[in-house]
Amino acid sequence: MKKYRLHHIKQISVTLALLLSVILCGCSSAGKGVNGQVIVYNWGEYIDPETIRMFEEESGIKVIYDEFETNESMYPKVESGAVAYDIACPSDYMISRMIQNGMLSELDYAKMPNARKNIGAQYFEQSRGFDPDNKYAIPYCWGTVGILYNKTMVEEPITRWEQLWDEKYADNILMQDSVRDAFMVSEKICGFSMNTLDPEELETAKNLLIEQKPLIQAYVVDQVRDKMIGEEAAIGVIYSGEAIYTQRENPNLVYVIPEEGTNVWIDAWVILKNAPNKENAEKFIDFMCREDIALMNFDYITYSTPNEAARNLIEDEDIRNSEIAFPDLSRYDNLETYVYLGEEGDSLYNELWKEVKAY
Amino acid sequence: MRSVMKKIYIALIILFLYAPIGTLIVLSFNASKTRAKWGGFTFNWYVSLFQNEEILRALFNTLFIAFVSSLTATVIGTVACIAMTAMKRRTKAILMGITNIPMLNADIVTGISLMLLYISLGIRFGMGTILLSHITFNIPYVILSVMPRVRQLNVSTYEAALDLGASNLNAFFKVVFPDLLPGILSGFLMAFTMSLDDFIITHFTKGVGVDTLSTKIYTEIKKGIKPEMYALSALIFITVLTLLILINLSPADKNKADKNKAKAE
Repeated sequence: MKKYRLHHIKQISVTLALLLSVILCGCSSAGKGVNGQVIVYNWGEYIDPETIRMFEEESGIKVIYDEFETNESMYPKVESGAVAYDIACPSDYMISRMIQNGMLSELDYAKMPNARKNIGAQYFEQSRGFDPDNKYAIPYCWGTVGILYNKTMVEEPITRWEQLWDEKYADNILMQDSVRDAFMVSEKICGFSMNTLDPEELETAKNLLIEQKPLIQAYVVDQVRDKMIGEEAAIGVIYSGEAIYTQRENPNLVYVIPEEGTNVWIDAWVILKNAPNKENAEKFIDFMCREDIALMNFDYITYSTPNEAARNLIEDEDIRNSEIAFPDLSRYDNLETYVYLGEEGDSLYNELWKEVKAY
Repeated sequence: MRSVMKKIYIALIILFLYAPIGTLIVLSFNASKTRAKWGGFTFNWYVSLFQNEEILRALFNTLFIAFVSSLTATVIGTVACIAMTAMKRRTKAILMGITNIPMLNADIVTGISLMLLYISLGIRFGMGTILLSHITFNIPYVILSVMPRVRQLNVSTYEAALDLGASNLNAFFKVVFPDLLPGILSGFLMAFTMSLDDFIITHFTKGVGVDTLSTKIYTEIKKGIKPEMYALSALIFITVLTLLILINLSPADKNKADKNKAKAE
């Protein structure tokens, strides 16, 4: 380490001290609201901050807002009880896990009129996959997983998962680097359920993925977005939420829901068992279901909203009627939602995925 | 030939070190949100950065935690060093060993064990737990940089001060402290940067709604990192660069240069 002479260090510390005092003065302190507080645990960048401010103003409830980055990192934090959260917003399969482990509290729809009124019935229907009686979860964002392709780089329109096995597109295909999403693709081709635990079916699905492996350019997660915009690949597996944005950046891109069926994912609000501020939590969720608020969040997040009333308020007709953002779910009979497979199921999938990756 | 190779070597090193930062700074001016496309030059990300309360609060938290934790760690570490001079050789070696272990320990182990400790003690997670954790992992760095200075101390000067009628405290602040100051300050700076850098320990010990820059950036993974972060990183880089340049253009060098000039004249 370089040794600095005394006065240099003095200069630095004086600068730092000045900087800090400036920032300190600029920071105002926020106390508890007149009507108590509510502690919310949501995905990063998954809400318009303005809506929180509006809620605090209208209800007098102070929102303590915390963010997580994956379902898997959210779960132990909630479970450990280091912080008593009131509300969380996990995805489908994680909600079924939390229901199984008795971590959620039943919802009282009477206290959340906006939720019943504004959220489309088909989304509640779809949630039954992980919440059979719609007792615990209120859909907040949803989407499909599909194929994004560059129409100038393929010879015929892509409509089926099968085409990701076409040797014509060798080295031009991007797959999702996640167990469930990768297996979902091969399971759907074979006509299996994507929540299957049948060893033979899983073996077939695994072999199919191994067969595809030489054709894959890369297994990626976020990079699909940038790589497809930059035309570094012709075909990619992507979440529909990213599709509109990528299309805006590169008009050659087309998103399709493959004919074999796909995953419909739903992130939903849940109230945790032992939530210290249950009433405030209900008020918060109901507020988020109000059409104008849901619209603000849709504009901010750009993932499809299950809020029909908010969708009707979207001014841009192309987006309101977009097949990508709002596909008609009733047209497909092979859409599924992930459910929690149990610890054994999870480790079985992980084991097989490791075999694919290591092959 | 050899000097050409040397230059190429240096150029390569600099390229590897600064190409990522260069890319980041360029992207912070990109009007398009994606790295794959140049959408034109813009200052918009810088404007929206200063309107984004969440990012600014995270920045404030980061600096506040770094400053307070490194200051506290410096005080504790320095006192520990001075105390260790009065110890037997063996006790001192053991103590040094104990303080060195957390530095070699993986961050994730420190982070998880601190989290478990707080849970078992029933401490509420929040800014306080982050501060405590940062002070904990900062202390060894302070000791590491103050200790060599303490070893160089000449006890006679301190005794002389006492002989001349100074009180203990007085002698310490007038005689010992100035000798230690360079070590203390570099320890402080080291602790400051360590705290500024930290992600893993903060991640495990932070409470609800308290975010530092690193944890804030991490939560953005699902939706993609916002270009405002590029802008902020660029600003931080430029601030550090300016500070370094200021240091190297210090008055001491000027004094020397002036003296040399005077001599020459």
